[in-house]
Amino acid sequence: MVPTEVFLTFILVLSIFLGFELINKVPSTLHTPLMSGANAISGICLVGAISLAGTGQHDLHHWLAVAAVALATINVVGGYLVTDRMLAMFKKKRG
Amino acid sequence: MLIQYTYVVSAVLFIYGLKELSSPATARRGNMISSVGMLLAVVAALLDRAVVDFQWIVLGIVIGAVIGGAAARLVQMTAMPEMVALFNGFGGLASLLIGWAALSADAETLTLITIVLSILIGGVTFTGSMVAYGKLSERIGSGATLFSGQQVVNSIIVLGILGSAVMFCTEPSSSMWLFIIIGLSLLFGVMAVIPIGGADMPVVISLLNSYSGLAACAAGFAVNNNILIVAGALVGASGIILTQIMCKAMNRSLANVLFSGFGSGKVETTKVEGEIKPISVEDAYYILEAASTVAIIPGYGMAVAQAQHVVKELAELLEKKGAEVSFGIHPVAGRMPGHMNVLLAEADVPYDQLLEMDEINPRMENVDVAIVIGANDVVNPAARENESSPIYGMPVINVDKARTVFVLKRSMASGFAGIENPLFYKDNTRMLFGDAKQSIGGLVKEFG
Repeated sequence: MVPTEVFLTFILVLSIFLGFELINKVPSTLHTPLMSGANAISGICLVGAISLAGTGQHDLHHWLAVAAVALATINVVGGYLVTDRMLAMFKKKRG
Repeated sequence: MLIQYTYVVSAVLFIYGLKELSSPATARRGNMISSVGMLLAVVAALLDRAVVDFQWIVLGIVIGAVIGGAAARLVQMTAMPEMVALFNGFGGLASLLIGWAALSADAETLTLITIVLSILIGGVTFTGSMVAYGKLSERIGSGATLFSGQQVVNSIIVLGILGSAVMFCTEPSSSMWLFIIIGLSLLFGVMAVIPIGGADMPVVISLLNSYSGLAACAAGFAVNNNILIVAGALVGASGIILTQIMCKAMNRSLANVLFSGFGSGKVETTKVEGEIKPISVEDAYYILEAASTVAIIPGYGMAVAQAQHVVKELAELLEKKGAEVSFGIHPVAGRMPGHMNVLLAEADVPYDQLLEMDEINPRMENVDVAIVIGANDVVNPAARENESSPIYGMPVINVDKARTVFVLKRSMASGFAGIENPLFYKDNTRMLFGDAKQSIGGLVKEFG
């Protein structure tokens, strides 16, 4: 059985390469929405925070995780909404 | 099991969403697809059987959603760099807290290492972003802060982090080392960003963007969750690419940006000859009226003056007169990558009218009037002509090759980098002094 860490490292390396390929195709005019969109995606921490905040124990670690839930949600909600607001403004020349 | 497969679907949606970002026409849909992926991942996390207590999670989500939603709605487009910096910081802090919360008494050494990484990267990202936010919003001085022995102090901090990380991993039950790591990481974030000046902010903000992704990755290792690793790696790669583009656009290495405190105490070597020729709004109007091709080169000054809407008005009037109007966007114009594009999009300028530096430079010789609005270093011909200039070699927009150049500027103070600009003294340059918004507004009135 391959240890989990090796498996996770595999995922990490492949994702980084995939990320390079994808982001290189983003035109410079969209770099600001790309960054705010990246803010939203890095809010994926929310998933990790939820798994730690819902264990049912109410110790210090639970409260840390709840705070992380709130912070990550700010990123997710704020990031996606502001990116959408920006992208809605990009228009092609009419006619 | 089902949860893990849901994460796979989420990852696919993130990737597909980013792919759609390769064109402005599909980008908005891409963002929606990505947000659906996020929603799926969050629902899957909530359905996990290990999650038994929802009330505090829901409270956290509600608080976060209200703050995030309000911020997204209220932020001005000119303030996007501050907002992104702030969000980078929140991402970092979340990773720090997750790393800390994931700590348990029976953790293995390998898990401990990933926890340390999560705390370290998260902490540096958090305070570094807060300093960047302070500089961008001008709550603190935006200049570079340098002092003698800075490198030594930083080296000591790094050694301290390494040392306490080793101690923490060998003795995880003592929380003293944990607190030392947290404290030093936070301190290091501050120390890493204070020596970087305002004009280098596009690099810093891109780099911190990347760190916030890497912090999520590290948190993913700490809690053994692969969707965190995939999403974090995508963000990390994105930030690194933007950082590279920004560095290349300034012809500097990343190390030079991070450690040199550009523009603070550099000796000015550019000799300028000729004299400044100011022009009135009225005279500028007469020249513009006769122009058949006009190029507009915006910079951070346009954002500060909130001039994007009146610039659009002027462009429309010129087009009505039959002139061809284009915008030349330098990669590092403004305070973050793509800053100018968003401002002009906000003012309804179609994106196919915005040209990148490499597109507009070959056309510059045929441009009748180039209007420089609050840009300085990115149009400085010294970067091309003067080997002893601190910005020599940096690719710039060659506005000086246009037949006439209008430079809109508040005063004769030099740009953020503190470098003299020989453009202002060229024969074909006219200086239109004053607030950019008022000057352009004056031109619009003349046309009307």
